[in-house]
Amino acid sequence: MPLLEARPTPSARMRLLAPLIAIGLTLAVGSLLFLSLGKNPVEAFGVFFIQPLSSGNGWSELMVKAGPLILIAQGLAIGFRARIYNIGAEGQLIMGALAGGGVAIAFDGVDAWWVLPLMVIAGAIGGALWGAIPALLRTRFNAQETLTTLMLAYVATFALSYMVNGPWRDPEGMNFPQSIMFGDPALFAPWFEGMRVNAAILIAAVASLAFWIFTSRSFLAYQLTVGGLAPAAARYAGFSANRTVWVSLVLSGLTAGLAGVGEVAGPVGQLNLNISPGYGFAAIIVAYLGRLNAIGIVLAGLLMALLYLGGEAAQVALQLPAAITGLFQGMLLFFLLGADVFVDYRLKPRPRPAYA
Amino acid sequence: MIEHLIPVLAGTLAAATPLIFAGLGELVAERTGVINLGVEGMMLIGAVAGFAAAAHSDGGALAGLPAGAVAGMLAALIFAILSLSMAANQAACGLALTIFGIGLSAFIGQHYVSYSLPGLPPLDIPGLSEIPVIGRILFHQDAVTYLGLVTFVGVWWVLRKTRLGLVLKAVGEAPDAAHAIGYPVIAIRYGATLFGGAMAGIAGAYLSTVYTPLWVQNMVAGRGWIAIALVVFAAWNPTRLLLGAWLFGGVTILQFHAQGLGIALPVQFLAALPYLATVVVLVLISRDKRLLQLNLPASLGKPWMP
Repeated sequence: MPLLEARPTPSARMRLLAPLIAIGLTLAVGSLLFLSLGKNPVEAFGVFFIQPLSSGNGWSELMVKAGPLILIAQGLAIGFRARIYNIGAEGQLIMGALAGGGVAIAFDGVDAWWVLPLMVIAGAIGGALWGAIPALLRTRFNAQETLTTLMLAYVATFALSYMVNGPWRDPEGMNFPQSIMFGDPALFAPWFEGMRVNAAILIAAVASLAFWIFTSRSFLAYQLTVGGLAPAAARYAGFSANRTVWVSLVLSGLTAGLAGVGEVAGPVGQLNLNISPGYGFAAIIVAYLGRLNAIGIVLAGLLMALLYLGGEAAQVALQLPAAITGLFQGMLLFFLLGADVFVDYRLKPRPRPAYA
Repeated sequence: MIEHLIPVLAGTLAAATPLIFAGLGELVAERTGVINLGVEGMMLIGAVAGFAAAAHSDGGALAGLPAGAVAGMLAALIFAILSLSMAANQAACGLALTIFGIGLSAFIGQHYVSYSLPGLPPLDIPGLSEIPVIGRILFHQDAVTYLGLVTFVGVWWVLRKTRLGLVLKAVGEAPDAAHAIGYPVIAIRYGATLFGGAMAGIAGAYLSTVYTPLWVQNMVAGRGWIAIALVVFAAWNPTRLLLGAWLFGGVTILQFHAQGLGIALPVQFLAALPYLATVVVLVLISRDKRLLQLNLPASLGKPWMP
């Protein structure tokens, strides 16, 4: 006996409510989790969500973490609208970091204004190329991008490991797998003394604005969305399915590559094996939580960044494993998908007894 | 040369075991029309549950495997409720399950980082293991590797020879028709999805309690995704899946034997090989659209409600 019935039209209100419901349910289950670990939920959530924002440095860290998440998610959302599932943004991020980092290493010691812009361009190209491979494999050989993007993410990890263990290893780095520390010309200068927030956040801001205009104003974005929602209609209207694949994967690769440069030319300051705490995967959640909408993604990116900071704070203050962040991320996405069902469906009313 | 090849081939069979379990589970689920991209997550949950059970009991790996199976099944249940009962997008739900599994296993596994287990000694098949060369390759394996082959025979037999297999395939090809003649489509899909979860859980527990009996975060390392790719590569055929798993098992362990075999390539390149090979194999199998369509379960990934 099915309990759900299709709504006559999808509920716009539910679309906006679903993320809030998901956040509420995650907090509820999170409270139970904290209780079962012997922690006071009110105190724990204070540590998670309030404490990180109670200092200037906290806000700076929020921006540092939200930047790459928002940037990657904006790119992913374009593809997700068209049902092109790039789940390997982590790999494109790494390739962007490698390309940008390569420029920094090649021009180490050169004190010129163009080093950093060149790194940014190289990073964008590196990420875009890594995204172009699955696009080629999909359009030319029909290979599913879900699997190929992810497999290439693993390959990127090994490429990074090879470079920092081999050709680009810092000769004075005590054999640690890491490159030299980049010089000032290859770094985004921090805006404030003792804080890490820097101009890389502007890339995310500009990208958000650009994607907002792109999705709400351009005909190409409309074609992409139609291609995702109604492939047959898109074909009938003559919209190219191949172009959809190319645009989706190259754009999302490009933004992920930019995020990668932002990390190595920002908070990390070198190439090493820890350039991303899984931003490429978390951005998938950000894109969905933000309703694949440019403004929504900014809000969702801030929330997800706070979740990372909260996890770090909880590790220090509550002796909880930092992995709790990943657990919350997973729960959030589950609850969101569950709540999203009610956009298209509603609970079936009980059949009323018929009176004669 | 043959002296070098024996450990390689024997190691190939063991490395293929998690792929066989997880791949067969996913294959059965997909034959009923359910594509569960959460294999990686279910394997991780099975791995951590199996590890915990083995670490806290006297049963060792033998306690770990059932615990992994149950945990994998519970993980699959979340997926099933969302995607089958509530008709949510299967691809997104599977992805969510993987992200959840990565988080949950890292959270629980934090207690066990660098903790190691005794593992499982090889089980010699009396008589057969004495055969020169062949015996040391085929009949000097751990019990789970034999169990994987038994499971393969079981799945092959059910799908090929039994009424149950016919019903499973009918549900995947034409859920409306199966429903019309009275088969409970959703219940059958639940069963297949939970079976897939149990198999993925066993695969994960095998990795954490037998194959490398040491807890490392994210230790499944993409094998769940490779298993999904293998199902496509196998064109939903269990025999081809078995061959594919052996092939990938061989590629996976190449990095450990490269020196002995005289391969002078960076270790990272060899480690990346299974993932590169997955891409290549997907390209080879997918380029013939017609062939793929012919074998693809017709309702794969499409939500269905009575």
